[in-house]
Amino acid sequence: MTQVLTANRLDDGRVVFLTPTGDWSPDLNDACTVSDDDAAQELSAVGALAEAACTVIGPYLIEVLEDEGQLQAAAIREAIRAAGPTVQAGQF
Amino acid sequence: MYRYDEFDHQLVTERVEQFRKQVDRRLAGKLTEDQFKPLRLMNGLYLQLHAYMLRVNVPYGVLSARQLRKLADIARRYDRGYGHFTTRQNIQYNWVSLADTPDILADLATVEMNAMQSSGNCVRNITADPFAGRARDEIEDPRVWCELIRQYSILNPEFAYLPRKFKIAVTGAPNDRAAVGVHDIGLRMHHDADGRPGFEVLVGGGQGRTPVIGKTIRDWIEPEEILAYIEAILRVYNLHGRRDNLYKARIKILVNALGIDKFREMVDAEWEAIRGQGLTVPEAEQARIAQYFRPPAWASLRDIDAELELQATADPAFGAWLNSNVSAHKAPGYAIVSLSLKAPGREPGDLSADKMDAVATLADLYSLGELRVTHRQNLVLPDVRQADLKELFRELVSLELATPNIGLLTDMIACPGLDYCALANARSIPVAQDISRHFTAVDKLQEIGALSINISGCMNACGHHHVGNIGILGVDKKGKEFFQITLGGASDQNATLGDRLGPGLPQAEVPGAIEAIVDTYLAQRESEQETFLATYRRVGIDPFKTAVYGEEPVRRVA
Repeated sequence: MTQVLTANRLDDGRVVFLTPTGDWSPDLNDACTVSDDDAAQELSAVGALAEAACTVIGPYLIEVLEDEGQLQAAAIREAIRAAGPTVQAGQF
Repeated sequence: MYRYDEFDHQLVTERVEQFRKQVDRRLAGKLTEDQFKPLRLMNGLYLQLHAYMLRVNVPYGVLSARQLRKLADIARRYDRGYGHFTTRQNIQYNWVSLADTPDILADLATVEMNAMQSSGNCVRNITADPFAGRARDEIEDPRVWCELIRQYSILNPEFAYLPRKFKIAVTGAPNDRAAVGVHDIGLRMHHDADGRPGFEVLVGGGQGRTPVIGKTIRDWIEPEEILAYIEAILRVYNLHGRRDNLYKARIKILVNALGIDKFREMVDAEWEAIRGQGLTVPEAEQARIAQYFRPPAWASLRDIDAELELQATADPAFGAWLNSNVSAHKAPGYAIVSLSLKAPGREPGDLSADKMDAVATLADLYSLGELRVTHRQNLVLPDVRQADLKELFRELVSLELATPNIGLLTDMIACPGLDYCALANARSIPVAQDISRHFTAVDKLQEIGALSINISGCMNACGHHHVGNIGILGVDKKGKEFFQITLGGASDQNATLGDRLGPGLPQAEVPGAIEAIVDTYLAQRESEQETFLATYRRVGIDPFKTAVYGEEPVRRVA
């Protein structure tokens, strides 16, 4: 199972993903992917530090799938978090 | 409408500055999320799926044109150019940043609005009949009492940390448009034999995972005693409500556990101890608040039913709108106009900043500068001259706000669902959009008649699915969205909870299922006057079950 670490950014609440360089990106495809428990624990530890430093809120691991080089969140909730609402809000 | 006095101004201004400092400390890393969360919630700020969400109170659904313009300005400056009107007559902004929030609250304060207690375990926005003070069927204007309860409950230190949130709704009309039966406290105003007003008090209603219709705890409370009686209820709840289990913390659980008679006994004991003391509302204070809600200077007019009928015959689209979106006003020659935020394919309750501005202009031009927000997520112009209806209709058509569907099938309630909400299991808005695109024929909608569809994206039931004539509940089964249908719910004066029809359906099958249910109703009804709800209550669930699932229900995964 491939996982990435996600959270919400402190200042604007936006959905972000932990990148391989330790930054947080709003793009799921920038995320650092891990596929074993030890690496997942390391990601979680980085997330806990970022939360303690008040950079992000509530980091947690999510499962992702790789499709033609693009990452896709496995659960619909996470897919919506990554891509935004599925409705054309604000047009009315 | 009510205007802030010096105390309101001071209280709101100080609260904004207090929250500004709390936000500064949070952004500087001096407060953890655990420490900050209760502080932000007390100021209406949630963290949702994609961003912070700010819920702004519209007290008992009353809004001025000036306030709506400010809401539009906030949507443009701090959000993505739109807002979402909710089932608690509030407005939510979905994309605000934490750093901007104090400035938004300061902006709101300039038009006498706030977000205090729009979240958290406290007394929330007091909701009311959106036609209050205007409806022809009204006994008493509930807004005076809503305002008194608002002032009593806002920042009341004794009730700042209740076991759970607490919702109060008030109706002054026998036709309940405020869903008082599904509130923690529901107040119904009645007249006694001498024509003096008083309150019937319901307690322990609510939706969520344990839906309950409120029970009458007292048939009659003198108006000046209502605050003391509410305090007695809140005290018993505050002391005995469960704090060990989030899902059992609402007052409905306590009332059910004790039984209404025992609960009444405890409330009465508390009431006797505080009765006739500081919370008895002085006549002068009643009169002071009441003057804010004096009827506006309505012109001396007469009803023009015959003229409207002629206009409706000449223009059937106007006639259809008149039929469903215009309600009887207590002043002759005036009408109450509902603006539908449910155009086909739209997100129920959403409105862009540009349209908010346009509606504010219409309120100034046609409705003495006042508006209402309804718990069914529409807007209301409460004081329209009947002679202006045709012209107003044309203006509303150009704004896509004249869909003739108020109270009809496509006037759906839908919570934000999984498109926005961190608690949701499934999306609500796309389901509403599918249904509204499926049922576009005005003639058909009017033929079907009164029918409410309420959609929730999880069992917390913000979309009131339990009390929809047709309720739709989104559930997650192994990562897929399914939708369970309930039938027979109602939130009016004869409130009932819906019965589950059968296994959940995938989204694509929902519009077809609704059509099958509607066709069954049309085939079964005894006359055009028999509503969906009346037919359902008469024939029961079985014909509808067969229509949707066939004779032998197929077992599905949800």
